Amino acid sequence: MQAVFFIAACASIFAVALICLFLFVNGIPAMKEIGFFSFLLGERWKPGNNIFGIFPMIMGSIYVTAGAIVIGVPIGILTSIFMAEYCPKKIYPFLKSATELLAGIPSVVYGFFGLVVLVPLIRGMFREGNGSSMLTASILLGIMILPTIIGVSESALRSVPRTYYEGALALGATHERSIFAIVLPAAKSGVIAGVVLGIGRAIGETMAVVMIAGNQPRMPRGILRGVRTMTANIVLEMGYAADLHREALIATGVVLFVFILLINFCVALLNRRNRHA
Amino acid sequence: MHNDHNLRQKLREYKRTPGSFILMMLVMLCAAVTFAVLFFLIAYILINGVPNLKPELFAWTYTSENASMMPSIINTLVITFLSLLIAVPLGIFSAIYLVEYAKRGNKFVEIIRLTTETLSGIPSIVYGLFGALFFVTTLKWGYSLLAGALTLSIMILPLIMRTTEEALKSVPDSFREGSFGLGAGKLRTVFRIVLPSAVPGILAGVILSVGRIVGETAALIYTAGAVAEVPSSVMSSGSTLAVHMYNLSREGLYMDQAYAVSVVLLLLVLVINWISGTLAKKLAKGM
Repeated sequence: MQAVFFIAACASIFAVALICLFLFVNGIPAMKEIGFFSFLLGERWKPGNNIFGIFPMIMGSIYVTAGAIVIGVPIGILTSIFMAEYCPKKIYPFLKSATELLAGIPSVVYGFFGLVVLVPLIRGMFREGNGSSMLTASILLGIMILPTIIGVSESALRSVPRTYYEGALALGATHERSIFAIVLPAAKSGVIAGVVLGIGRAIGETMAVVMIAGNQPRMPRGILRGVRTMTANIVLEMGYAADLHREALIATGVVLFVFILLINFCVALLNRRNRHA
Repeated sequence: MHNDHNLRQKLREYKRTPGSFILMMLVMLCAAVTFAVLFFLIAYILINGVPNLKPELFAWTYTSENASMMPSIINTLVITFLSLLIAVPLGIFSAIYLVEYAKRGNKFVEIIRLTTETLSGIPSIVYGLFGALFFVTTLKWGYSLLAGALTLSIMILPLIMRTTEEALKSVPDSFREGSFGLGAGKLRTVFRIVLPSAVPGILAGVILSVGRIVGETAALIYTAGAVAEVPSSVMSSGSTLAVHMYNLSREGLYMDQAYAVSVVLLLLVLVINWISGTLAKKLAKGM
């Protein structure tokens, strides 16, 4: 029976190997055929003319994710401080399940909410573009990464020994000063791990972004203009693509996958450092 | 009276330390924004969606006049059942290996942890690409519920593994020692003593994975397909509720129906979170 358990445990290794194998085998030849640099750094994506440059999509993903960080990280970290240090005990369970709910809402529902609320709002506020823009996508993604950041940084804050906080109070620091100058720095690497996980979520998010980002495959030109991310590129064109076009989309997936692997690697490093500390 | 006094004293203290006061206000503001956004989203969808929940939306067949969500509900049930059928035993067994059998500091265990962490970080569109390449194209299954379910079962595997692991770890060692003391073997101890006490935790994880399956879109569009039809077998293609909703809102013609589907999805997620939370609380109390 131990052998059965062992084989089951190998399933995840097998799955990762299979995913890597199929993505790379199908994606790398296309990169070679298009030319590695003209694929990664090419600024034009015109499948009809066999021009496949995904630089606009890479930049789109990076910009939208950066926007999500600017919006989501401060709000997320401060909310996690609220949850760990301010929240009255009576309403804590209610708010905790609210953050879990925020994590459980499907991304299509977020996308739909963005489509019917955020897009008209942005269109009305700024008299430029049609509302489907980098800014809209950043705001929505900023909301979507909140539960990840709140959850991870709250547990990091809670794992700081209470004596740190009490010591600071005893030295005459205020509640806020103790938290921001002592507890938060002590929880730093856990908080950063939460932020990095949030970045991974934002860069990999597909449906919500497709519904509100505009999806024009050209270099991003401003926060009120439309952008297309790598994820959107795959989901929009995979349905009808054939031959080299299809392989170029798979290669886009490979690039995205490499981004995610790098982010995962950072998270693993941070977690390891936490464990040693 | 007492509280009022406390509050006044606190305000007086804050007067001396304006920096602290500003930080406190910032924390309160951000928390308010987070929860206000969540409640606004839920209220907005419910208020606009509930009036659109009409009985004809639950008709057996989908037509262009009546964008019924019934076929998608059935597809969702089938895919959920199939994915759990594969991922739950696999996840529980690997967690048993990791917690009960593997020796501490085993290199192999490190590799399994690394791969499960990798799996849980992979975005759903990459799973979708993989499913399309492997199940749909290489195995020649075409767009089918089975291809979608297998793709999702890989996706939820790390979640089930992690929650089961935590549930098994929270079973006190005295349970195991007691069972060994009475002469039970390792296997018997695991199945008769450890697993039953970990059930609420495992169930909480399984229910969370149901939530992920129900809400998944990107991994299913190019594996299970996007046809709103009642499936005739597991090899036929069909859209789940989330995929159905994406199709409705993309075309722009069926916004009212999309509102209705989002209400159903939101209610499902609410119920799922509530059940999983209750189970987790039960586990915490039982220990």
